Amino acid sequence: MNRKERSELAEWAAVHALKCGADQSDAVVSTGRETEIEVRGGKTDKLAEATRQNLSLTLYVRGRYSSQSTNDLRKRELQAFIRDAVASTSLLSPDPNRMLPDPKFYPKGAPPDLQIRDPKFEAVDPAARIRLAAGAEAAAMGQSGRIISATASYSDSCWETSRCHSTGFSGEREQTDFWISAEVTLEDPAGGRPEDWASAGSRFFSELPSPESVGIEAARRALAKLGQRKIDSGKYVMLVENRAVRRVLSVLTQAMTAQSVNQKSSFLDGMIGKPVASGLLTMTDDPLIPKGFGSRWFDGEGLAAVKRTVIEAGVLQGYYIDTYYGRKMGWDPNSGSVSNLVFKPGERTLEGMIRSVQRGILVNGFIGGNSNPTTGDFSFGIMGGLIENGAVTQAVNEMNITGNAKTLWMNLSEIGSDPYPYSGWRTPSMRFEDVQFSGL
Amino acid sequence: MKPRIDRRSFLQAGLTGLAGTLVVPAFLKSGSGNAWASAAAPAGMAGFLERFQVTEAMIREVMAEALSRGGDYCDLYFQHTIGHSIGLEDKEVNRAYGDVAYGVGIRVLKGDQTGYSFTEAITPQAMKLAARTAAAVAEGPAGHAPVSLEAIPHPEYAAVEIPWEGMAIGRKMPVLQEINDRVFGLDPSVIKCRIRFIDETSHVLIATSEGRMVTDSRVMTGVNVSCTAEKNGRREENGYGVFGRSGFELFGPENRERIASEAVRRTLVLFEAEKPSGGEMEVVLAPGSSGILLHEAIGHGMEADFNRKGISIFADLIGKPVAEPFVSIVDDGTVPNARGSLNVDDEGNDTQRTFLVENGVLKSYMHDRISARHYGVPPTGNGRRESFRSAPLPRMRCTVMPNGPHDREEIIRSVKKGLYAESFTNGEVAIGAGDFTFYVKSGCLIEDGRLTRPVKDVNIIGNGPRVLADIVMVGNDFKMDEGGWTCGKNGQSAPVSLGLPTVKVSKITVGGV
Repeated sequence: MNRKERSELAEWAAVHALKCGADQSDAVVSTGRETEIEVRGGKTDKLAEATRQNLSLTLYVRGRYSSQSTNDLRKRELQAFIRDAVASTSLLSPDPNRMLPDPKFYPKGAPPDLQIRDPKFEAVDPAARIRLAAGAEAAAMGQSGRIISATASYSDSCWETSRCHSTGFSGEREQTDFWISAEVTLEDPAGGRPEDWASAGSRFFSELPSPESVGIEAARRALAKLGQRKIDSGKYVMLVENRAVRRVLSVLTQAMTAQSVNQKSSFLDGMIGKPVASGLLTMTDDPLIPKGFGSRWFDGEGLAAVKRTVIEAGVLQGYYIDTYYGRKMGWDPNSGSVSNLVFKPGERTLEGMIRSVQRGILVNGFIGGNSNPTTGDFSFGIMGGLIENGAVTQAVNEMNITGNAKTLWMNLSEIGSDPYPYSGWRTPSMRFEDVQFSGL
Repeated sequence: MKPRIDRRSFLQAGLTGLAGTLVVPAFLKSGSGNAWASAAAPAGMAGFLERFQVTEAMIREVMAEALSRGGDYCDLYFQHTIGHSIGLEDKEVNRAYGDVAYGVGIRVLKGDQTGYSFTEAITPQAMKLAARTAAAVAEGPAGHAPVSLEAIPHPEYAAVEIPWEGMAIGRKMPVLQEINDRVFGLDPSVIKCRIRFIDETSHVLIATSEGRMVTDSRVMTGVNVSCTAEKNGRREENGYGVFGRSGFELFGPENRERIASEAVRRTLVLFEAEKPSGGEMEVVLAPGSSGILLHEAIGHGMEADFNRKGISIFADLIGKPVAEPFVSIVDDGTVPNARGSLNVDDEGNDTQRTFLVENGVLKSYMHDRISARHYGVPPTGNGRRESFRSAPLPRMRCTVMPNGPHDREEIIRSVKKGLYAESFTNGEVAIGAGDFTFYVKSGCLIEDGRLTRPVKDVNIIGNGPRVLADIVMVGNDFKMDEGGWTCGKNGQSAPVSLGLPTVKVSKITVGGV
């Protein structure tokens, strides 16, 4: 399907829903192409490649709401699908807050070039894909005789989407991404088989880092886990590596949606304008970053992307508000979902931060655990290392951190200068005081 | 369609990926489009072929294309799934979701190597193109497609009394309304109740180059209730759900009442609960959903792909004692109407009761086709896939521990100071290190052999083989859990079940303050 066919199908579906009795509708037609290659033991372990297609439809029928999707795009089946969906929707209870966004929140003018679509996606050589995965695997295997297994993968995808609202908005979105990843498992004389992974991605094929750097990083991380064990329970300084920060940050962001506030499931209810973290935390949601993994001109409802600071010097500035829960709360929508997150940086990288710790625990990965957005309570499994006198002296695993997000974020005492580049959440490394670890 | 989410789940589940994750509740497929629901197809193989608009001759032609580059095996997995979901919020059933998935996945194997592609347009041209894509994993002379395809029968473990296909949404809505009314009626402190209800019907046709054709029709349903209560300015939230491969009969009056009262009871108890002081301690697992221990501590580590690659901590322990002689662990695909059960796996093999541990000795891995051939053993019926869009992997079904010799009261009495863990939300494991965790939503302290103060929101972390060896008592009160557990592995999710009697572990690290 080309762009014209996609947008025509989206428009046909939105209009057909009205003909079937809907008062409003929006339709999104997506097509995608994905490739994934895994290399292990010097040969291709898995090669997968396919194209995808989908139509999703939001229906508003006499004040009633439903959301539908199908990948069966044969016209006759689609007609029946839409007819039946509208009929089913009309049987639900009415909900006066359900309607398409007010057109004043749609994007205006020409779309910016967010540089998230590689025009050369279609020209990537299949053999080059295999070489990238093989290069990462070989580089990992070369790092140590202790390696039992290394698997490296290359993947890419291209998604193209056309959106049409019966209220007049239509928009296109095209994006590509490319990833190289590696995972490494080691023989450990102390017992167990420590493992770790590394991954790097880009919006443009030509900007992928070298596969060797990914393989070497995966092996380095796994080797750092040799001899890992749990240590004494107690309160420690906690350094969280940039790529792991997302887990503790999501305890905050989960509670920052209009939905959780409206449903009384947020410990941040009533906290706008009040401190929710130490003054070091300034966090901006920026959907317009060129090449960002979370960049977008409009969100999943068609709401215009707007850059805004969500936490300023520790003070909560606003929630993530979608159209429906915004109407329930009497608030203007600003998008119910996170795009890219950018942080006011500190002065040192993780290495510098480690050097400044007398005694503490470096957390470079989380395992399991959960949090309670209603109360802010959390408990997570961790892995990492014991820091003594400015250096990591012992690999640590099989321990938990437990606490409440209100206290944890007030105890944020340093932010790194090292935003994680391979996610829309560009989290730097962070230091927290007085975190309760349980182990022995 | 959520392309970004697909990609992220690959990054998180696939690459942290050595790790398996398990979460509840699950609403992965949802829906209310019923374009197909009323289109009754003829029974038997002919009905399936008609549903997918294919013929045996066409399937054989696609197989010839798939094996044209030297692959030594191929299979086609046709799937048509219709999913429905409705939701109640703020006392009204005011939202519905629908999803239709239709397509065929084509897999080519060359030894341990996999080539995979799929198409969502089931036409001869599109299937042959996908077959050529998958074929490229091999390089060699063409293999032979089967001369004929034989329909293979299988048992039925999920008898349905009242089927979902064609059921009007108006028949389901009163179930949610009644549960909601009961939840609010049970306690004045309840301020919010949210309910999600799903039903899903899948039809699959599996054809292999060994000449086998297997068809299956599968249902899944469930309801999940979450409840928020407020007392003296404090809020707590919890919930309960019931899932299974059943028809509408699962939601009779008794279950509606029980689901509502469990959701409220589990929420209210949190007001009394505190966090324990953390560290290593004795832990008693309540019967039922504590089976999450088996799933994480040993289950993933016994999936044969991790052992074939040498990356599981259990990789060289088959035939060796790993637990007390009264400990057995079974992965069972045959439990009637259980969420994790299967009539046949997604490679068309019969499912079974597979002993992972029998009387304390490590017995068998869980296999898919690749690993069964690698180890030279018969398949165990564990080859599963999320959909036609993914290649099969060895996956768990219903992972359970049968009854042991101890009495529940005796087990609790034996604990001086420890934790009684009762309800859980999720778990995760690192396959190589053997570290696994599960999150305790609610439980109790045990002090001097008695259950005392309630506790909440703590993670438990342990090491698989060590915890197996530290299972010192097994009760005789086995309970199969009915929750909506969904297991994630390499970016693919699969419905599973869990079950356990009361079990005591002598030493494990509990999160706390």
